[in-house]
Amino acid sequence: MTDTSSELRTVVVEREIPHTPEKIWRALTQPHLLEEWLMKNDFRPEKGHRFNFTREPTPEVNVVVDCEVLEVEQNRTLAYSWEAFGLESVVTFTLTPTATGTHLRVTQHGFRPDQEQAYRGSRASWTQFLAALDELLSRTD
Amino acid sequence: MTQPSTDVLFKTLADPTRRALFERLCREGDQTVGALTARAGVSQPAVSKHLGVLKRAGLVSDRHQGRQTHYSARLDALAPLADWTSEMTGFWESRFDDLEDLLKRMDQ
Repeated sequence: MTDTSSELRTVVVEREIPHTPEKIWRALTQPHLLEEWLMKNDFRPEKGHRFNFTREPTPEVNVVVDCEVLEVEQNRTLAYSWEAFGLESVVTFTLTPTATGTHLRVTQHGFRPDQEQAYRGSRASWTQFLAALDELLSRTD
Repeated sequence: MTQPSTDVLFKTLADPTRRALFERLCREGDQTVGALTARAGVSQPAVSKHLGVLKRAGLVSDRHQGRQTHYSARLDALAPLADWTSEMTGFWESRFDDLEDLLKRMDQ
């Protein structure tokens, strides 16, 4: 049987933000600011830098996202790899100045190699999956 | 096979006791109601009731062997949740909300 579950997919989220690209760039690239809206991290805006996003929704659960900076074009484009929950992907932020601020776009392009593999995986991956589910549930309430 | 909706899966797994039962079946494989009850922290009728809800959602299946009923997790029932695109779209929408809050605070 051919593996159809490994097809590439892309998520796109766009938003008009009434702030300058320079200011948004700071929020995207300075670790203490990045932590405030995304996750705790050891990010540096240098191509090839490997870093993690981490969060602990509960004391026994530790979510870790493995990343590597792929592209840095100041105030314009930022891309890094994003691996978590068996999902291998690339996240790209694009900032375009507008008359009133910035058009911010994030794309996440990637695939989940194999559902069975991801779900049959270790206890850790299950714990992470359930943590993600918890988060999703808290948002849909 | 028809898949239960994502909504049903979320509602079913939203209950912590039920989710713990399901997670144990995923990690440890087939178990009897008795074995599940021994570590569930609730009564056997309560465990049976939760297993019934999980079964209706398609998340577990049962198999009778002698006097015992063995339950096992059905990982394929989670396929609707494996559509990571909707999960991540929600994630980024929610992160962008927090980003906008942060940008407002940076003005001050």
